[in-house]
Amino acid sequence: MNGMVDFLTDSAHWSGSDGIPHRLLEHLGYSFGALFFVILIGLPLGLYVGHTGRGALAIAGTANALRALPTFGLLIFVVIALSGVLPGSIAYLAPSLLVLVVLGIPAVLSNTYAGVQSVDLAARDAAKGMGMTGGQVLWRVEVPNALPLILSGIRSAILQIVATATIAAYVSLGGLGRFIIDGRAQRDYPQMAAGAVLVGLLAVILDLLMAALGVFVVSRGLTGRYARTPRGQRIDPGVPPATSATPKEGIVPA
Amino acid sequence: MIEYLKAHPDEVTQYFIAHVWLSVLPVVFGLLIALPIGWLASRYRWTYPPITNIAGLLYTIPSLALFIIMPSIIQTKILSPVNVVVALTVYTVALLVRVVADGLNSVPEDVRAAATAMGFKGIGRFLRVELPIAVPVITAGVRVATVSNVSLVSVGALIGVAQLGSLFTEGFSRNVMSVVLLGILLCLLLALILDGVILLLNRWLTPWQRLSGVTGREIPEPAPQLDAKKEVVA
Repeated sequence: MNGMVDFLTDSAHWSGSDGIPHRLLEHLGYSFGALFFVILIGLPLGLYVGHTGRGALAIAGTANALRALPTFGLLIFVVIALSGVLPGSIAYLAPSLLVLVVLGIPAVLSNTYAGVQSVDLAARDAAKGMGMTGGQVLWRVEVPNALPLILSGIRSAILQIVATATIAAYVSLGGLGRFIIDGRAQRDYPQMAAGAVLVGLLAVILDLLMAALGVFVVSRGLTGRYARTPRGQRIDPGVPPATSATPKEGIVPA
Repeated sequence: MIEYLKAHPDEVTQYFIAHVWLSVLPVVFGLLIALPIGWLASRYRWTYPPITNIAGLLYTIPSLALFIIMPSIIQTKILSPVNVVVALTVYTVALLVRVVADGLNSVPEDVRAAATAMGFKGIGRFLRVELPIAVPVITAGVRVATVSNVSLVSVGALIGVAQLGSLFTEGFSRNVMSVVLLGILLCLLLALILDGVILLLNRWLTPWQRLSGVTGREIPEPAPQLDAKKEVVA
């Protein structure tokens, strides 16, 4: 414990390419890079399935099967499979990032789908009755109503990615996981513990930031958060908040 | 893959058995701890938000980090399998507390009133009426916890705890894909077996679910509460 504090407060560990700031930036870089692709693929696909209802069964099945698949094994399998094919420095980075993206997609996809699905039918019908086109119903009614669940899917995906990126240090990815893997190789427990604490803090802070984002972004009509309404006299939003639906997503702390 | 299995049958069997214990023990301990806490969150509603928020926060900590921090907290050896069991118990509790509370909340008020009228009260009513009715919902959570544990246990290979995950590290250091594949398939097999066992237990614990049409009340298919952190957003 004391060794860990010494490691964290030693100024030598706060600079250079194996210093804490650089490793943190690497970790954030991988995580948000992967998240970009996760959202790019998962969000439109989830909106499509939720809006049209096509392929819903396939999504539920895939999400469940992926939960049982051991993350660590998948990571190593993909790295070995691709390392012979890819050239030079890409061989180290690309397979790990691919796995981060693959593992992040189910949370965003199934939550987006569940969010759109759980939108009150009456609201959807009313929107159609007002003459909205399919696209308008999707963007003005379904997406705002599904936003809490979509955000919670993105939140789960971030956690999954941050955790898997830590493990990926074992297959020579950078990031905060390096302290854990290198510390283990050097039998340096303080270094391992310091890495573990940093990763834990990063995950918790990102999670809290996403929670805060949800508060600001989600429509007040859904959350019932009316600033000028006196306490105890909250206006009933009528439509039950979309968050009460149960998403079939497979978040797993990896 | 088959060759490896033939060459090292004892080793692989030992890994498999160790993996079973490391996955199942945390679920048993976790359920035993989550039941009273979940009851608390259901009985005293004001405790529900803080309890589920803390549980959600615990659930966000990456497993490898928790495995390594454990020795500092519970004073075990760094490479001890106990770290994996305790860490996974923490996750299981974090997941199940909410499930147990939601399951108990799903007990219809008229059922509770009827039980009270028949003379059930306190712990007796909880154990003989409310808990059995909540079993299907709790089962859904236990399935998720068990299946994810099978995957998480394999990460323990990074801190030197021998189980099926050791096939991953072995395969990686020798650059042999088939050994890694063997590990993945055995993990999937184990997850499938454990999931089946839980479903059988659920069937045995809820005989009334098979008497469809007799109770007159449709018992809803339990929806798994997978997202331990949803409430924070709401």
